[in-house]
Amino acid sequence: MNLDDTSLRALCAGLRERTFSSEELTRAYLQRIERHDTHLGCFITVDPERSLAQARAADVRLARGEGGPLTGIPVAHKDIFCAEGWRTTCGSRMLSNFVAPYDAHVIQRFNEAGAVILGKTNMDEFAMGSSNETSFYGPVHNPWQTAHVPGGSSGGSAAAVAARLAPLATATDTGGSIRQPAAFCGISGLKPTYGRVSRYGMIAFASSLDQGGLMAPSAADLAWGLGTLVGFDERDATSLARPAEDFSTQLEPSLEGLRIGLPRQYFGAGVDPEVAQALEEALRVYESRGARLVEVDLPHSDLSVPVYYVLAPAEASSNLSRYDGVRYGWRAQQYGDLDEMIARSRAEGFGAEVKLRILTGAYVLSQGYYDAYYLQAQRVRRLIQQDFLQAFEQCDVLMGPTTPSTAFRFGDKGSDPVQMYLSDIFTIGVNLAGLPGMSIPVGFDGQGLPVGLQLIGPHFSEARLLAVAHGYQQATDWHARAPGRGEKA
Amino acid sequence: MKWEMVIGLETHVQLATRSKMFSGSPTAFGASPNVQADAVDLALPGVLPVPNRQAVADAIRFGLAVGAQINSHSWFERKNYFYPDLPKGYQISQYEEPVVKGGVVTFDLEGVPHQVLLTRAHLEEDAGKSLHEDFHGRSGIDLNRAGTPLLEIVTEPVMRSAAEAVAYARTLHQLVTWIGICDGNMQEGSFRCDANVSVRPRGQVEFGTRCEIKNLNSFRFLEQAILHEFERQVELLESGGKVIQETRLYDPERDETRTMRSKEDAQDYRYFPDPDLPPLCIDAAWIEQERTALPELPAALAQRLQTRFGLSAYDAGLLTVSREWARYFLTMTEEGTLDPKLCANWMTGELAATLKRAGLEVQDSPVSAHQLAALLRRIQDGTLSGKMAREVFEILWQEGGEVDALIADRGLSQVSDNAVLEKLIDELLAAHPAQVEEFRAGKDKVFGFFVGRAMKASGGRANPQQLNELLRRKLSGS
Repeated sequence: MNLDDTSLRALCAGLRERTFSSEELTRAYLQRIERHDTHLGCFITVDPERSLAQARAADVRLARGEGGPLTGIPVAHKDIFCAEGWRTTCGSRMLSNFVAPYDAHVIQRFNEAGAVILGKTNMDEFAMGSSNETSFYGPVHNPWQTAHVPGGSSGGSAAAVAARLAPLATATDTGGSIRQPAAFCGISGLKPTYGRVSRYGMIAFASSLDQGGLMAPSAADLAWGLGTLVGFDERDATSLARPAEDFSTQLEPSLEGLRIGLPRQYFGAGVDPEVAQALEEALRVYESRGARLVEVDLPHSDLSVPVYYVLAPAEASSNLSRYDGVRYGWRAQQYGDLDEMIARSRAEGFGAEVKLRILTGAYVLSQGYYDAYYLQAQRVRRLIQQDFLQAFEQCDVLMGPTTPSTAFRFGDKGSDPVQMYLSDIFTIGVNLAGLPGMSIPVGFDGQGLPVGLQLIGPHFSEARLLAVAHGYQQATDWHARAPGRGEKA
Repeated sequence: MKWEMVIGLETHVQLATRSKMFSGSPTAFGASPNVQADAVDLALPGVLPVPNRQAVADAIRFGLAVGAQINSHSWFERKNYFYPDLPKGYQISQYEEPVVKGGVVTFDLEGVPHQVLLTRAHLEEDAGKSLHEDFHGRSGIDLNRAGTPLLEIVTEPVMRSAAEAVAYARTLHQLVTWIGICDGNMQEGSFRCDANVSVRPRGQVEFGTRCEIKNLNSFRFLEQAILHEFERQVELLESGGKVIQETRLYDPERDETRTMRSKEDAQDYRYFPDPDLPPLCIDAAWIEQERTALPELPAALAQRLQTRFGLSAYDAGLLTVSREWARYFLTMTEEGTLDPKLCANWMTGELAATLKRAGLEVQDSPVSAHQLAALLRRIQDGTLSGKMAREVFEILWQEGGEVDALIADRGLSQVSDNAVLEKLIDELLAAHPAQVEEFRAGKDKVFGFFVGRAMKASGGRANPQQLNELLRRKLSGS
């Protein structure tokens, strides 16, 4: 079947007009996955029978003239979301045998909307990583340059969308895990305000930072899917009740009078000149459409990485305690007593990066260190939040690079974890402040690797961010570019 | 040297909520293993806790009942440790800021008023159970109890005798069941105490080193364990030894405590605020709402029973032993015609004894407060003698029924009609002229013979007072 235009609006129209059925559409994507994913490694689990059954059910709804914007649309889900009957691994050996007996709230919302689960995408183990190299299921390759990483932790979702193996994917973002891989893979990604998307059924990494979000080629696609993603859930005590919004009808492309804040700290040394160049041009597009650039200050932004690497491991060390081999998940074969069973199961079930973070987290929470690390980090976190709120008194959105450089090569940051952690330097502050953030593609470097522009808005400004991104994408076509894999985007 | 004992108690009160502290699973006791454990209780990947509003309301009520401060802003922490029956690898509890601060529990011990100051009361979830016996040589895990809401109530180290500690525990037990936040079932573990015990030479200000004795689930065990631990520590000190701070377990079979773990291997629980749970904010309106829902407390009611009904402090205490007893009494007296003392006597006498024999609680009594009131009304108006009333009570207990109908049907009413009694006596005297002569000759003992015959002739129904009077008059020949 011919899939020239894979925008969600077009796919939805095709399904409504019966140009193609959901079953045909799903088969077409499954074929693409079969053809390309052996090289890319985007998916951990694909289950065509399950997907096609859902597609046929969607076709019944569509035939009756029922359904909403996502009915019949295949969606790839990060393997961090529990989906009933689907193996849900979180990228770990620990959960290699775990078939979820329930649906995450996000999965439930998509299922109810009639979307088709296309498969579960690869990710860094327990979302801990920025390159997708920590997955127990092997690396994901950047579709633009397969010797380069796709970013992480949502590397599978990002690469799948970039390679057009899925028109839309869910992802999660704890310190940049949506925006950084979106930037590396040349797609659009949105991390909503903390509390807008239920975390129920989303396997926890760092509870106070984790937030579900979406990846798609364009901001318009994200807007198309966002209404389904967000919503109050009584099963998540941090979920926030907000009036329902139709994001796709709020994509007013006018940028006249928009005040764009440029954080001084995001444009200094350390940003790759080619990235800076692409950004410069993107900002010029905004200016030419009537936006105004304002320089702002985020004085504590250099502290965001150290604060993050205290708080996130602290929460993770506790969140991952449930994986003890007692009730489900990996259990060691050989052990003497209960303590040894738990210790060995964890030693065998977790990878090196996860262990490193559990150890760090246990350390910063332990007696005698708690005040100096954990409490101090919480204090600085408040300062970082304050920085953002003050900046938003002068501007409507903040813009800057999503990452200091484009996608690096496999193994490039291997030996020193801090080098890897610094690739998230511009994204982490957003999570610490609970703000919505986006990354959109704004060009390429000399190697043909995409450059991402980060947009940050005040709490609950998703509609504004999408409109601002859409305004840019009306004027440019970076988002429409796909890596050459024999198929047109 | 004379030693003084210092005791502080930590009591785990299982809250009588329908669902668990952070999940929707039911909390009923005794279900087959693991049927009352949902995804949250099993700590499946991705699940999240949501606090039980009723458990918070219960904590507020308790705080109000002991005159404590209700913390407007408290939070939940995670207590991290690994154990197979702790599914998340941490227990959600309150550490830095409990929901209830301070408070006082008052009671009389041998007529002397006592006050026990509370440090705090905090909300937490229970763990599951490990079953190490009868499980094919392996260990079983039952998570039905995992996540059950607990209110942990901690006293200051202010008690000085085992009797005082037991009296405190009994008063606390009465209070938490009275205000309806706990079913009070100690066998099922709904109310369990840990005792911190230390000794010091009388007159010394500093506390001695304490030991904690865990999981005392009866008042008797509590008392025995404290007494035993006191003796152990005194013996140790008098023989030149030192008390080591540790957690000990009481073995009621052997009446001894033994080491569970010493402070040296105390774990670092790495407490930190649970990021899944926003702070627990309680506003004044909520507190007022719970205050309105709070029943009159036992001490206040006992006072009222004394002033309004003229009952003794002792009787008032007996009638307020539980809310159900008090309710039974108040139902009986609500109409206002019955003698409160008569009601109290029957409740603490016949009713209490019969309930005890049957192993029933007053709320399960086959004879309702209304039935007993109807019965006592017939004593009060002279229809029934005390003895007959006990017979009717027995019938009510066994077969049920309506008091007046029973009296009528079985001909149980007292004969107080002078004409009837006179006729009966006349016949009796006519039938026994010799005995009449003996009486008149001064042989007073014969009077008893006539009373017995007359009672028998009346089928035991003759009003004894009236019968006596009439008989004496007739025998005297007047």
